[in-house]
Amino acid sequence: MNRRALLHRALALGALAALPGCDYENPQNPDLADDFLHAMSWFNDRVQQALFNPHTLAPTFSPDQITQPPRFNAFYDISDAPVVDPATYQLELGGQISDKTPWTLQKLRTLRQESQITRLTCVEGWRVIGQWSGIRLADFLRRTGADTTCRYVSFKCADGYYSSIDMESALHPQTILALDFLGAPLTPPFGAPVRLRIPTKLGFKNPKSVTYLAVGNVYTGGYWEDQGYNWFSGS
Amino acid sequence: MPIPTGAERPQKIHPLPLRLMHWVNAVAIIFMIGSGWQIYNASPLFGFSFPPVLTLGGWLAAGIAWHLAMMWFLMANGLIYLIWGFAAGHFRRKFLPISPRAVLRDFGQALSFRLKHERGVYNAVQRLLYIGVILAGIVVVLSGLAIWKPVQLWPLTTLCGGYFAARYVHFTAMAFIVAFIAVHVLLVILTPKTLPSMITGGQMPETQP
Repeated sequence: MNRRALLHRALALGALAALPGCDYENPQNPDLADDFLHAMSWFNDRVQQALFNPHTLAPTFSPDQITQPPRFNAFYDISDAPVVDPATYQLELGGQISDKTPWTLQKLRTLRQESQITRLTCVEGWRVIGQWSGIRLADFLRRTGADTTCRYVSFKCADGYYSSIDMESALHPQTILALDFLGAPLTPPFGAPVRLRIPTKLGFKNPKSVTYLAVGNVYTGGYWEDQGYNWFSGS
Repeated sequence: MPIPTGAERPQKIHPLPLRLMHWVNAVAIIFMIGSGWQIYNASPLFGFSFPPVLTLGGWLAAGIAWHLAMMWFLMANGLIYLIWGFAAGHFRRKFLPISPRAVLRDFGQALSFRLKHERGVYNAVQRLLYIGVILAGIVVVLSGLAIWKPVQLWPLTTLCGGYFAARYVHFTAMAFIVAFIAVHVLLVILTPKTLPSMITGGQMPETQP
């Protein structure tokens, strides 16, 4: 079912159904519930940007608190997770980045690696604790000459997933391009060979198997965001 | 500018600001509960899910969108109510005094159907439940914020005992509010003359000299 049909169902259940101007039959017409929820989601993005403190760190945990076994989650079955050949993998760059030379996995490994034991909170309400290590995104953006005055950092993935985050969150010290998970290189279900790990946002803002990274001022949305989930989705 | 107080119009059972806030709250809380149950069903805390027909949104994204939209109306309205309640003397006049003895007495009378409804005056059980649901409202908002922003609003999350515990706190406060609404609506059905006064304001009985 598409989002509009579902919102219509929501509307039918809600008290707003009594309001004039709702159009249940013609999806071409502007929909009151859609407009209202979009406006409030936009407002919530602004509130979350205002609440965001670049110095507030997400809680960290001890190794014995790590969730075992790790929990797989995606919009497809675990057997459908994309398998990217690490030998030929390239992270391509786009947008307002001065050096757009693609990065191989080998070259990414030469950069300073950071490790963190943090909580991944799913939009569904469950959470797991894991250990990730990789490159600080802030380091990577500076190293490649990205214009960090831009508003967005966007990601495209090997599995067709895509997402984007605000620059302030991208520059947060705990935001990393993770290469390792639980002390070993990432495996396909968990986002091999490179995933974004951003503990100041919900799980779906942590795209896996990232193959393209761009910096810019044009809003690019995301796979779930375009279906109605809040874009900022900060923790 | 002084905040208008109910005392200026003593003849009304429910002053206009209270009636407005009551109905804004009623609409907001229905949206919050329906969408909250939708969100609960995505990752149930206990061994049950809410029947989909009682949930709002149709799926998780819409449930969250409704929840995070209507929360602002609930919170703003609730905050104004708290300020008004203290500033206008509403809480003091309507909820006080209250004693355990009076609560037990009125509760006993209520169970034996001997408790009289007095226009414009709350019995001790009502006073206790109204104070209780206001406190539950405060807890549900604070624990909700703790779940929404556990990193940026971490002191609230810590206050709730952490992210995991905050969901249980939020659920418990919701359950209390739902139980309150069930009793509240049941009593209105049993005493239908109380409903129009929450719309028109009603008339207080002539005061005895």
